[in-house]
Amino acid sequence: MAMLNTQPNLAKADDFYARLIAVHDGLSDDASMALNARIILLMANHIGDQEVLEQVLAAAKLD
Amino acid sequence: MFDDRYTLAFKRYPYKKSPDQDAATPVRHPVVVMGGGPIGVATALDLGQQGIPVLVLDDHEGVGMGSRAICFAKRCLEIADRYGCGKPMVEKGVVWNLGKVFHKDRKVFEFNLLPEEGHEYPAFINMQQPYFESFMLDRFEAMQAEGAPLEVRGKNRVENVIPHDDYVEIEILTPDGTYTIEADWLIGCDGASSPLRTMLGYDFTGKVFQDSFLIADIKMKSENFPTERWFWFEPTHGQGASTLLHKQPDDVWRVDFQIGWDVDRKEEMKEENIRRRLDAFLGEGVDYEMVWSSIYTFQCKRMDNFRHGRVFFAGDAAHQVSPFGARGANSGMQDVDNLGWKLGMVIRGEAPDTLLDTYNEERVHGADENILNSTRSTDFITPKSKVSHVFRNAVLDLAEHYDFARPIVNSGRLSVPCTYDGLSLNGPDALIGGPARSRPGSPCPDAPLGDGFLLGQLGSRFQILTIDADAPDSVTEDGVTATRMALSAADDTTGALADRYLGTTKSGVYLIRPDQHVAARWDSYDETALRAALRKACGKE
Repeated sequence: MAMLNTQPNLAKADDFYARLIAVHDGLSDDASMALNARIILLMANHIGDQEVLEQVLAAAKLD
Repeated sequence: MFDDRYTLAFKRYPYKKSPDQDAATPVRHPVVVMGGGPIGVATALDLGQQGIPVLVLDDHEGVGMGSRAICFAKRCLEIADRYGCGKPMVEKGVVWNLGKVFHKDRKVFEFNLLPEEGHEYPAFINMQQPYFESFMLDRFEAMQAEGAPLEVRGKNRVENVIPHDDYVEIEILTPDGTYTIEADWLIGCDGASSPLRTMLGYDFTGKVFQDSFLIADIKMKSENFPTERWFWFEPTHGQGASTLLHKQPDDVWRVDFQIGWDVDRKEEMKEENIRRRLDAFLGEGVDYEMVWSSIYTFQCKRMDNFRHGRVFFAGDAAHQVSPFGARGANSGMQDVDNLGWKLGMVIRGEAPDTLLDTYNEERVHGADENILNSTRSTDFITPKSKVSHVFRNAVLDLAEHYDFARPIVNSGRLSVPCTYDGLSLNGPDALIGGPARSRPGSPCPDAPLGDGFLLGQLGSRFQILTIDADAPDSVTEDGVTATRMALSAADDTTGALADRYLGTTKSGVYLIRPDQHVAARWDSYDETALRAALRKACGKE
């Protein structure tokens, strides 16, 4: 079974984080929420693997 | 007093007094069907083809008015073909392949269904329900003329039903008063609000969706309307969550407006108000005439058990789904297809009574799949929370730019028959490399064969389908005979037969049930295994 990687995997973590925040610049809360939804859907499609996606959903709940 | 509950489109079986009404003791019938709608009549056709007498009781005298169910899927048409009335349906029906999806005031994308080649029947047709019913009644009358033991009694309303261990007592109201008959078996095909279910006090549980739909059938006077399906999410032409437009025969278009729960039905049904919505939707200068309109709400519900002793429930009486995906009439036809051969075998003494329990097992499986699919469509079309609304619109926004998001857009998934995976009548899947689509439990996929097609040549009995494999001409196990149909992959030069039944292997032996579902499959004939599978498929294991 493919496993979700929860170990550090971003080569430039600070750069990505800054970009993630910057892409929301100037957006209303509703527009940000919509943008986040589009980002999630694009990432989910890129991952593609239902088993990994299930692990993402579970891991994100932090319980 | 005998009041009609609705107006008829076609009067087909006017009330006539039956000798049963004057009988000194109640007359016993082998099978009584309650309800003369599409599912009730289909039940009569299935059993009538087996030579089993069927009496249909209907509280009206023909086919009800209104287009209602308008989308009939391939499997439903294949079943109708087995009953001898599929071809006139396809001649009358409208086939569309091009669909467009809109969000607010813009087109998000369009799609072509590009149906798979090598099937006798299209993926679906659009046709007003009264036509569907009429073609089946034509067949019913033709079978009567050929001597089939079928009867339908109009204006015969079932007032009370008393189930016993070995028969059912039925009290019927007619314009000449009441009378009583008995039935060995009673099948309730009396619709979503099933009086039979209520009389017997059975639960109907699930979810009620708080939404209503305004349907308007309009006949276009201007010529240039396309044969396409258009679906709007959050249309700007008026309030409401969605609007659907598609074509029916006779230049009639169906428009479905989703208008919310909190509406004044009487006000909405006024012609000038319907026209106001239509004009806003169609734009200026479109000339049309109103044919029929209605407001409906829906539920996703089913009975816990579709069989109660000698009483069965089929179609909407047993389960109800949202209209998205056309799973009402289509799944009802699959109920009939499933029950018909089983009841026939039990009546002839070829199979044990327990075979009838598998009607419940298999069709509950089908109903749950339909309820799941139609609930998912409903949740996409009418998001239930802010976050689901945000995701839904994100999918639509992405679909406008990227292919990947288009399959996520859910405005109703086309009704396809379910596979009875893992259920009790299935035998082994011993065809290594065999395609998944024809695994045990699946409905047989069609394929070209000679001048015709495979399904039209497969009968309504147990068959051993061999493809480049040997087997005896017939095998009889405990009174049930399976007859061989011998084919070669070379019989179909398009390769569809091999693709759909052999996959990566070179030969195959299939045991096929009378409803044309696969019971078991192997790479070569093995007498012991086939006999065991035949017993299992008859509920004898």
